[in-house]
Amino acid sequence: MSEIKVSCLCHVYSAGTPFEKVAIDGINIDIPHGQLVGLIGHTGSGKSTFIQHLNGLLKPSSGTVMVDGEDINADKTATKKARSKVGLVFQYPEYQLFEETVFADIAFGPKNMKLSDAEIDERVREAAAFVGVPEEQFDKSPLELSGGQKRRVAIAGVIAMRPGVLILDEPTAGLDPAGCEQILQNICDYREQTGSTVIIVSHSMDDVARIADRLVVFNRGEIRFDGTPEEVFSNPDELRSIGLAVPAPTELAMELRRIGVAVSGSIYTNEQLANALIKLKRGTE
Amino acid sequence: MSSVIQIENLHYTYPGDDFESLKGVSLDIEKGSFVAVLGHNGSGKSTLAKHLNAILLPSEGTVKIDGIDTADEDRLLDVRRTVGMVFQNPDNQIVANVVEDDVAFAPENLGIEPAEIRQRVDNALKTVDMYEFKQHAPHLLSGGQKQRVAIAGVIAMQPEVIVLDEPTAMLDPKGRREVIDTVTKLCREKGITIVLITHHMAECINADRVVVMSNGVIVADGTPESVFSQVELMHGEGLAVPATTELMWQLNKEGFALDLNALSVCDCAREIAKEIG
Amino acid sequence: MLRDITLGQYFPGDTLAHRLDPRTKLILVIVYIVGLFNAVGWYSYGFVILITGACMAVSKIKPASAFKGLKPVIFIIVLTALLNIFYTDGTPIIEGWIITWEGIAKAVMMSVRIILLIVGTFLLTYTTSPIALTDGLESLLSPLKKLKVPVHDMSMMMSMALRFIPTLIEETDKIMSAQKARGADFETGSLMSRAKALLPILVPLFVSSFRRADELAVAMESRCYHGGEGRTRMKQLKMQGCDLAAMLLGAAFLAAIFIMKKYGF
Repeated sequence: MSEIKVSCLCHVYSAGTPFEKVAIDGINIDIPHGQLVGLIGHTGSGKSTFIQHLNGLLKPSSGTVMVDGEDINADKTATKKARSKVGLVFQYPEYQLFEETVFADIAFGPKNMKLSDAEIDERVREAAAFVGVPEEQFDKSPLELSGGQKRRVAIAGVIAMRPGVLILDEPTAGLDPAGCEQILQNICDYREQTGSTVIIVSHSMDDVARIADRLVVFNRGEIRFDGTPEEVFSNPDELRSIGLAVPAPTELAMELRRIGVAVSGSIYTNEQLANALIKLKRGTE
Repeated sequence: MSSVIQIENLHYTYPGDDFESLKGVSLDIEKGSFVAVLGHNGSGKSTLAKHLNAILLPSEGTVKIDGIDTADEDRLLDVRRTVGMVFQNPDNQIVANVVEDDVAFAPENLGIEPAEIRQRVDNALKTVDMYEFKQHAPHLLSGGQKQRVAIAGVIAMQPEVIVLDEPTAMLDPKGRREVIDTVTKLCREKGITIVLITHHMAECINADRVVVMSNGVIVADGTPESVFSQVELMHGEGLAVPATTELMWQLNKEGFALDLNALSVCDCAREIAKEIG
Repeated sequence: MLRDITLGQYFPGDTLAHRLDPRTKLILVIVYIVGLFNAVGWYSYGFVILITGACMAVSKIKPASAFKGLKPVIFIIVLTALLNIFYTDGTPIIEGWIITWEGIAKAVMMSVRIILLIVGTFLLTYTTSPIALTDGLESLLSPLKKLKVPVHDMSMMMSMALRFIPTLIEETDKIMSAQKARGADFETGSLMSRAKALLPILVPLFVSSFRRADELAVAMESRCYHGGEGRTRMKQLKMQGCDLAAMLLGAAFLAAIFIMKKYGF
């Protein structure tokens, strides 16, 4: 069970130099166990800085980060513990692969946790299965794989640590539509089967809105919106003003209302819009 | 209109491979047009792009740029100055520590007079709206800005064609918009032929023509409307269609009779309103 | 954070020192080094310090930032000083001690010499952009082209290396964070285990550098790069009046040092 509590978190880069920059400023957020959170914001909004605080990679300039009721920056042991509880998959994670075989690379995290060989073996197989890396590939060099396969191996490397919280920074960046769809599906399956908390960082509203329970929108180092997708997308003009696009179905629904087609309810997926329109049509016939 | 690129029965096998990456592609591209090439990873679209400025030479068939055969070694520089290339990773194509020095790189290679280089560099940077950054260090720019510098570096060669190989794959939505707006402007205002390789459907809506590749051959070719309305075909190729087209297609399965040629949100809404009445 | 490292950084500006031709500055640095190593007595050291100070004033470099560059070499300076203090023969400061007056004098001189050497060369990199520097080097070394030394290729390689330093530092930072997130430990353990812990950083860094090099080569060829032959430059190096004046001052500096050397000052 992992629960995250962040209070009054601030981070200032290069404090005291002319390059001083406040990256995040006064973040308060509670993420209960098992939630799937979409973290949205454009480049420079502070979202990447924020997630690196959740496993102690960055130290707060002020404020606290608690995981399961423990301050992760209390001492070195607490930080280390947080690293295995909160798994962080960076952007383009395929560039971090280094071992000679796929198996060894996935096993790197568990090995650092000083687990037994049998335990490592079990975890690697389990993690590989989650992201669809077939066991035939275990003895291959990660460098021989295609881009999409490499990314799966890299994600498996973090999942193998069995983190209570899995954070993925732009997991679909640079993949073609089929590849995106597959990775998102893998992540949903993973959450369903393990019940872990999952945080997906993205600048694509469409993808995340479909699968997230909750959306958190970052702008200029602050949380601008925090709520269910319905709640967040009910502010389309404000979202646009901070440079974020609303999902295409939401935009279409707004245009339809404008020209007099009364689609009801909150709409952010094609399915919702299609259902609303079908109801309307059957009603008019 | 005359063709600036003529590809005839192009086959290509990478050294060491036992399969063909391109299996007979024929394509004519009109001067001044905006052509988007779509395809999933491994469809051969990037291999095709690399043939357009003689980075790769055909195993079989011919590629002609402005009538020059790319296999003609003596005309290599003529081919490359006619067809400029912009690649996916902006960091790996910027060669200098200062923006204006980078833009000057190609004209310097062509042996152009210093005064003229200066002029071309300034013009190119103004065209992509990066003039005020000319003294900046490229690594401090945003992704979209870096790609615009890369585009300026190509414009400074005064090419007839610019080929962009997934130029937005590594950018955020804002950077993507900047790049797409820039290339659209280059095509419409300067008459430069644009070949845009991508797998983002939304970027193809401005194009005059969309070419879909799969397994080394062309499987669809036409206006964006006519290509995207073939929803089943696109799904079969692992490609998405714009969300609006997808919706209308789903509705049609439920008994609607919508025209899938409507692409923009406005057109699409009007089409649905007509149906519901 | 690795980002904070300053590597012979360039501070853009518009002082006389910034406007000098890079070739002039390169020659002046050589003159400076020759002068420094021919300074023998306290007077000539004082003279060199004075000149260094004057150059700093002209280039508007704050002493604080000039000395910041000394941080990585403090160890070497201290070591040199200690060796000189303990291993120089002469009159002991207290009867029976190993430390001699001569040793202390030599230690001070050696430390000052190293500090001056570094501050002097930093003045060059602080006021000259890396590109101008490589252009200057290429131009100065161009007579070697006749001896079939690939001067252009060498300077192109150097400027590429300079271009990619920030990119690679950023990348190293990212890879380090990613491996730390997987529980890698770079801070504790024996020297051996720490060296081994670097593999997860070095391997991905090498792989990505090769990929970058590949892509860069294609990008350069696409922009018609075909070696130095027939290449022109947008910014041409031009010697001006101030360069001539600076050279004359340099010559005067060297002459003064040699005269002082002759008289043992």
